[in-house]
Amino acid sequence: MAEIILVTALGLAAVALIMGLYRLLAGPCTVTRAIALDLLTLITIPLLVGAAVWAGRAVYVDVALVYGILAFLGVLALARYLEKGI
Amino acid sequence: MSSRLSSQKDVGSLLANWLGLLALWIIFVGTFDTQEVIAGAVVAALVSFMATGPNPARWQVVLSPRRLFTLLAYLGYLAVAIFRANLQMAAIVLSPELAIRPGIVRVRTRLKSPLGRLVLANSITLTPGTLSVDVEGDEFFIHWINVDSEDADDATRRIVSGFEHYLEIIFG
Amino acid sequence: MLPIIGALVVLVGAAFMVLAAIGIIRMPDPYNRIQAGTKASTLGVVLALIGLGIYEIDLLPKLIVIALFVLITNPLSSHALARAAHAAGVPLADETVRDELAAARAPKVIEEETAS
Repeated sequence: MAEIILVTALGLAAVALIMGLYRLLAGPCTVTRAIALDLLTLITIPLLVGAAVWAGRAVYVDVALVYGILAFLGVLALARYLEKGI
Repeated sequence: MSSRLSSQKDVGSLLANWLGLLALWIIFVGTFDTQEVIAGAVVAALVSFMATGPNPARWQVVLSPRRLFTLLAYLGYLAVAIFRANLQMAAIVLSPELAIRPGIVRVRTRLKSPLGRLVLANSITLTPGTLSVDVEGDEFFIHWINVDSEDADDATRRIVSGFEHYLEIIFG
Repeated sequence: MLPIIGALVVLVGAAFMVLAAIGIIRMPDPYNRIQAGTKASTLGVVLALIGLGIYEIDLLPKLIVIALFVLITNPLSSHALARAAHAAGVPLADETVRDELAAARAPKVIEEETAS
């Protein structure tokens, strides 16, 4: 029972991921794409943890943390570039 | 603290950083194994020594039981505010006609401490519906998804005052 | 019992993520997309992480650390993106009622031009 609910929830998160991907590809401006990228990285973090729980490997949780840190730095760098160039 | 000493590392924040990093290490390693803890202590000492600088007086927070209690109350208040704002945002997103009246408004804060202002700006941003775009002196420019007040005082009362009430005690 | 509660919390979080994704698609300009998109998903992500922690109780401490990290960094990146959008001159949507930041910026630009 719990597994079915969990898989449904992760599937819903994947649907959200695809909708965010549409906004990333459709644009219309660079800032919007950056926002969509931020949303995608944010949703990917719990999906990575979900993969860790699904595969029964706790190591994948560390991947989620490192991914979160790098994605945050990436979005900050992108915002800084958009604001005043490198 | 004199200007001669101001380039030296602040012992209090050095110790706090070291303890925080060590706690993080132990959570992620998941054991209290002696070797792991010793390795973590060495790495945490290196990182905190490299990362900690002088701690200017304006960033310091004085701890007291009343402030800690207010901090807990503030976290609860923030959680409720975030939850309520998320439900309102869900209603806006799902409504067919997309009822928004966005705009950037100017609000004023009474907080003096820079740390308090940082926490205030982050709290405003964390609540969906309001987003701090820029800060200038004691004025915040806030993108508000549903502008329903005409003057700055009313906007201040609606957006800022709830948080400020707690933050004034914590950082005041 | 605990796994079912955890899975339900994850489900609620995933529902908030879907709402955020709908928001990012429907909203008219970048500022409103930040409002409805990245920030509304914060609650979803935190709930999903906590729910997964309840489901797999061994992972709870690590997941609380990750949730705190998301809670601290997300407003920063939202704010950075909004500021970048305003500095890059991205126009606000037609529905916008007023823009006091542009009004505050405008006199300064004129001063700089006359000074140079």
